[in-house]
Amino acid sequence: MKTLTAALAILCVSATAFAAPETGLARVRRQGELRWAGDLQGGEPYVFRDPRDPGKLIGFELELAQALAAKLGVRETFVQNDWSNLVPSLERGDFDLILNGLEETPALHGRILSSRPYFNFSEQLVVRRGAPARTLAQLEGHRVGTLSSSLAHAILRAHPGIAPVLYGGQEEPYRDLQLGRTDAVLLDSVIATRYGLTKPDLELADADVARASYVIGMRLADSDLKAAVDQALIELQQSGALAAIYARWKLPPEPTVVAQSSADEPQTRFDRAQVMLFLRGAWVTLFVSFLAMALAVPLGLLLALARVYGGPVARFCTHSYVELFRGTPVLLQLYLLYYGLAPLVHLSALAAAILGLGMNYGAYEAEVHRAALGSLPVGQSEAAAALGLSRWQSLRLVLLPQALRTALPAMTNDLIALLKDSSLVSVITVVELTKQMTITAVDVRSWALPGALCGGLYFALSYPLARFAARLEAKLAQTEEHVPAAALEVAA
Amino acid sequence: MSAVIRVEGLFKSHGTRAVLRGIDAEVNRGETIALVGPSGGGKSTFLRCLNGLTPFDSGAVHIAGLKLEPHTPTDARALLPLRARVGMVFQGFYLFPHLTALENVCLAPQHVKHEEPLALAERGRLLLARVGLGDRCGARPGALSGGQQQRVAIARALAMEPEVLLLDEPTSALDPQLRGEVLAVLRDLAQAGNTMLVVTHEMGFAKAVASRIWVFDEGKLVEDGPPAQVCEHPKSERARAFFQSA
Repeated sequence: MKTLTAALAILCVSATAFAAPETGLARVRRQGELRWAGDLQGGEPYVFRDPRDPGKLIGFELELAQALAAKLGVRETFVQNDWSNLVPSLERGDFDLILNGLEETPALHGRILSSRPYFNFSEQLVVRRGAPARTLAQLEGHRVGTLSSSLAHAILRAHPGIAPVLYGGQEEPYRDLQLGRTDAVLLDSVIATRYGLTKPDLELADADVARASYVIGMRLADSDLKAAVDQALIELQQSGALAAIYARWKLPPEPTVVAQSSADEPQTRFDRAQVMLFLRGAWVTLFVSFLAMALAVPLGLLLALARVYGGPVARFCTHSYVELFRGTPVLLQLYLLYYGLAPLVHLSALAAAILGLGMNYGAYEAEVHRAALGSLPVGQSEAAAALGLSRWQSLRLVLLPQALRTALPAMTNDLIALLKDSSLVSVITVVELTKQMTITAVDVRSWALPGALCGGLYFALSYPLARFAARLEAKLAQTEEHVPAAALEVAA
Repeated sequence: MSAVIRVEGLFKSHGTRAVLRGIDAEVNRGETIALVGPSGGGKSTFLRCLNGLTPFDSGAVHIAGLKLEPHTPTDARALLPLRARVGMVFQGFYLFPHLTALENVCLAPQHVKHEEPLALAERGRLLLARVGLGDRCGARPGALSGGQQQRVAIARALAMEPEVLLLDEPTSALDPQLRGEVLAVLRDLAQAGNTMLVVTHEMGFAKAVASRIWVFDEGKLVEDGPPAQVCEHPKSERARAFFQSA
């Protein structure tokens, strides 16, 4: 273990030492593009799909990114990334900027560089109409909803008597507040105005709990990029371009205390274009699941063979692999593969998703194959040996074909489980079916229809698979095989 | 007559229990030997030592022109040529259930001797016809009765054209009414001049078909002679007791 750690450390150091000494700004200019990241699940008004044309992105942050890119003389490219993982993804070099409602908090200091503020807001407390507890002090002993890893969450933590309830999207906290699952929601004014105060049974209790700003996040090494971004922001502010963007999106230039909804009702409808996005998500789910299984089955087979026929070292190694991968959450493995190993191997999100799920399921397949091999009567290998078949021939021609038949139901079961477990890969920025559902749910402000479609698509993927496997099993179990009549005549 | 099998001083023990305690024997080409005796006498172990499925502790086995050393691992590569020349039929048939009868028969000649597939399939059908199963080529073992399965297993062993055929209680797992069809096949093979060693409890078959009967008892070969002599005038007390009870 020590040797491994040392080797990893050396690799880390050498990877850093040999990295090109190119500065952030030079890199952006050389690439000719400014890669900025956000999460489409954040929805309106940040960056989201145009309801009239889902192939197109809109939002005030998109316009800001376009303005910044123009100032730097490059084009902008949007990178989709799960909101709560924007910082680690920035660190591993997936993009140049975080530009997606990133709040300036002390936690950012020393980890990434932040630009000067581009938007100021207040944290607002929303409660059910007429509720008695209307300040944070009064809410001691109550449940208060907010977004995870947000500034509001940090404020709530400073009140030990309040039980924070954490959400991944901005629509659900207000839903739960309406339903009485929480007694208040603390979120920034942009979200509160658009998602909370549009609901008639909710009202603003405290419009100015705290003040804060959105900043643009950059890597620590990219100090010249930060200087350029800051300069561009100053110029956009002075020219009035920034104010024009905010005006277009009905965002108050300074925190407002007016407790009035300024947003229109959601415009996104659940139409054909949304369905197409769902189908694309389903395709990603299918693609990731099948490739992961295509990796897991041979890997599991190899592990099982090493475990059954290998020497003590091989047995120990495979045993350790299986127990390690079965004994830890696949979510953790995906995180480690994508973010933890980023300094050593730079995997694309899709590759990391397939590799991570494949290696995890490989451990389960290993046990399936091991059990299947173990269930074969010893007479099978003796009969093969007595015929003069080599060990490898006996395995390939006699034992494995039987073991795979035995393992088929368990493998089908695992593939169907994998189809659904693949939704975990959204944490490493892959937009598959479930992630698409959450994005759409925020856009259309409803879980019912997207949820039903999502469930329907999962079922439409897994049910035919189960049927196919059942038919394959039946076919393999057939005891008679058609033999041409001519052959019978010769034999007779 | 040339010896196709010569066994010298064969010893084998499981832990402290001696299973074979010094066996010396010879088999000539074309002979059919019936191995009989009480259970636990070492018959099956002896048979399995002859093709290396059970390693022995000391002594030597010369079989089909090859020599087998003590303590040879059961999956040693050195055993492959020997097994290609020595066929074996098991009490439990051990057909490959995922393959048809014809595929069971053709598997080893195709992959061990690299025979040409079309001609091999033809030969396989003839072999199945010879054991009375010419119309069951496409059946998987699950669709066959025990007696049919054992006849396919015999055809499978014959397909390698072995110099010696070892049969370990080929009818013991069968209902009495199914034994006849297997014994009839074995009788044909013996008359056709195949060299066979058959571990069996079928005394009638042994007397009628075997050229010699060997009686195993407590790890020793206690009788060796033509059926009439061994059955009517056994030399040892143990053999006499065995034939009276059988």
